[in-house]
Amino acid sequence: MSGDMRKSLLLHGGVLVALFTLQFVLPAYHHGNLARIMVLASYAAGYNLLFGYTGLLSLGHALFFAAGLYGMGLAMSQFGAGTGLALGGGVFLGALIGGLVAVLALRTEGVAFMIVTLMFAQAGYLTILYFGAYTRGDEGFVIAQADRVFLGQDLSDPRNRYFFAFTICCVSFVMCLSVVKSQFGKVLVAIRENEERARMLGYDVAKYKLVAVVLSATLSALSGAAYGLLFGYVGASFASVQYSIFPLLWVLLGGAGTVLGPLVGTAFMFYLIDLSSGLTTAYMLIAGVVLVCLTLFAPQGLLGELRRRFWRWLP
Amino acid sequence: MSLLSAQGLTKEFNGLMAVEDVTLEIPEGQVRALIGPNGAGKTTLVGMLSGRTAPSAGTVIFDDRDVTAWPAHKRIAAGMGYTFQITSIFSNLSVWENVALAARRTVSGRSDVENAVNSSLERVGLIDHRSEEAGDLSYGHQRLLEIAMGLAQAPKLLILDEPTQGLADGEVAAFNQLILELAGTTTVLLIEHNMDVVMQVSDFVTVLDAGKILFEGIPDDVKANVAVQAAYLGGGHAAA
Repeated sequence: MSGDMRKSLLLHGGVLVALFTLQFVLPAYHHGNLARIMVLASYAAGYNLLFGYTGLLSLGHALFFAAGLYGMGLAMSQFGAGTGLALGGGVFLGALIGGLVAVLALRTEGVAFMIVTLMFAQAGYLTILYFGAYTRGDEGFVIAQADRVFLGQDLSDPRNRYFFAFTICCVSFVMCLSVVKSQFGKVLVAIRENEERARMLGYDVAKYKLVAVVLSATLSALSGAAYGLLFGYVGASFASVQYSIFPLLWVLLGGAGTVLGPLVGTAFMFYLIDLSSGLTTAYMLIAGVVLVCLTLFAPQGLLGELRRRFWRWLP
Repeated sequence: MSLLSAQGLTKEFNGLMAVEDVTLEIPEGQVRALIGPNGAGKTTLVGMLSGRTAPSAGTVIFDDRDVTAWPAHKRIAAGMGYTFQITSIFSNLSVWENVALAARRTVSGRSDVENAVNSSLERVGLIDHRSEEAGDLSYGHQRLLEIAMGLAQAPKLLILDEPTQGLADGEVAAFNQLILELAGTTTVLLIEHNMDVVMQVSDFVTVLDAGKILFEGIPDDVKANVAVQAAYLGGGHAAA
């Protein structure tokens, strides 16, 4: 094992151990926040696979998050599926929609790709509203507590919830690290860095991008399904454009193309809003100024800046 | 037997004939030079051979297969190596990773990749720069990196688009040596402006002018051909 790999395992393993340990010391409020952050960070990690590693900027990831959320929720409310099946159904729906969107949207690139993904997500949002009879539209619906029992554990209990969120976070870490270390991941980076060159080295760029979109959508959907399950609510606001912009912001803040970036960015943004809203009602002003400063002084995000200055080996 | 054969290749850009009815046979193991004045259509022709440019008419047969309708990446995977005229590398990745990306498509296994990368870097003399970021290399070294990426793919046909452009004299000599070593095992198609390189390394020369083949022959015949001199070489240069 190379030295860089050992350092990387130590760092990422250390972060996971810290996250695991925090649940025993955190007060209830932050305990709940961190569970939420870990699930949303997995969403950001899914986004990062596409944006940070492959260089494809999607503005429609809320579609995949919502696919997981609604796939899980509707499977329960409409078909009476059990928790495990519903969770699997949500992830599957996300992967399926990811594949469909990829086949169509990847015919474009650059700004057109951003617009096409945005439009698909809007179409998804409107579809949810249109089928209000089943989805309850804007109002959304609640997942009954009886349905929130997974493997015998009641997920509405804060400790179980934290543990489940932690597990999702671990899954996203392992998935991202193994993609990044794999030959597949290295080709994705090559496509990000110089697509034409990657093609002229004989790589089927279109196929790699397609798989990247599906992977990214699958992880986003897993996070969406878990979010609904853990917090007991399924609503159309999660399919809105705001939820497509969030992962982009989190990833940019934390550091695009780093495995830890999404977690750091999500936590940073969450607490930035949380703390500043405690100070003033104009909290978005504070958040905005901090974001502008970060963009000016750490354009590669917090982890990207760390990598540039100190940790060249950071994956 | 021809490794690459092109029949009646034509490329028309809005009525402008960039390449017109070019037929080309490159036998296995040959080092073929493609020369011609600026705007003769050399890069367009090579683009059609490698799949970067779709031809308006004509066919391309590579390794006994009709690849005319194949996308570029499929032709590369079938054994064409292509190096860009305008340096196209992964600037933010290390020199080593650049070559590894080229090698990994054909070679698997950590140690085999490592061997392929190291030997390619040694052949072009960049082994000491292996951990540097590719974008930090000097221009000449970036050109050599392009060539290393071509070598690492162990292609059947290596297409080099103006490889010596911007190289120092010593580096050009090393490049000539490299091509002479490849000759016999790898078929090479070389677009080149530097006539000294063409004369030293090529077995056969195709002269392109205004999109058509003006002359084909061994280097000495090309040197002696009056039409080629008029079109391209210029009296003084041909004598040198």
